[in-house]
Amino acid sequence: MPNLLFYLFTFLAVGGALLVVVNRNAVNAAMFLLLSLVGVAGLFVLLDAALMAFVLLLVYAGAVVALFLFIIMLLDTTPGAQKPFKKATIAASTLGGALLILGVISLTKRGMLPSTEAAGSVPTLKNYAEQLFTTYLLPVQIVGFMLLIAMLGVIVLSKRFAVTDKAS
Amino acid sequence: MSPFGLNAYILISALLFAIGFFGVLLRKNTLVIYMCLELMLIASTLGLVAFSRFNHTLDGSVFVFFILTIAAAEVAVGLAIIVALFRKRHTIAVEELNSLKN
Repeated sequence: MPNLLFYLFTFLAVGGALLVVVNRNAVNAAMFLLLSLVGVAGLFVLLDAALMAFVLLLVYAGAVVALFLFIIMLLDTTPGAQKPFKKATIAASTLGGALLILGVISLTKRGMLPSTEAAGSVPTLKNYAEQLFTTYLLPVQIVGFMLLIAMLGVIVLSKRFAVTDKAS
Repeated sequence: MSPFGLNAYILISALLFAIGFFGVLLRKNTLVIYMCLELMLIASTLGLVAFSRFNHTLDGSVFVFFILTIAAAEVAVGLAIIVALFRKRHTIAVEELNSLKN
């Protein structure tokens, strides 16, 4: 049963990702991104990281993809008016991706990665909280400040300033 | 319990990253390029969680929290830039955004 689930979630993640890349319509691409996210969240659950799966779905499916859909509908770009891809671009990007996969395959063939999970209990919410509020306390604070700065940046970017509009 | 070794998860992670990379190079719509960037970030989180599980440390999983936060901030700022760009230029196709050339 776990084997079947692994294949199913892998199929969802990789198939969704491929459809994001090849889809011509941006709304459909966002929907397939959601599908890919669900696959990755399922893989997280198989890795005993249910909390991570929950956070991933909450942040990405709840906030990021919704924001993407909102912006796509706001901008209303015509999907049919795209030029076809250049042959050189397709060749170069395929070569780049293939080299990356080849490198990882050779790494997994020759590397000394552990094939069995290390013994020990599954980490609980308490363990995560302990790590976040002791070892990683400073990064948590910095990330909080960064969110504040991002918020200020978004406000500045999306506000129409009367002076700059006249100048341009 | 996961039935496969670390290799399988790292391979999927690299596959997702490669697909995202492929998309960033191939696509011309700035929004879709952004989605492919998100895909690459998710691929890296999958690798981190897998390493964290197989070595039985929490550090990788805790790092995923930070990656998710950075991704959320990045999406907010990036989409605001795209909206501002669309207001000025009325296009988000990357081949027409070449005013820094020449």
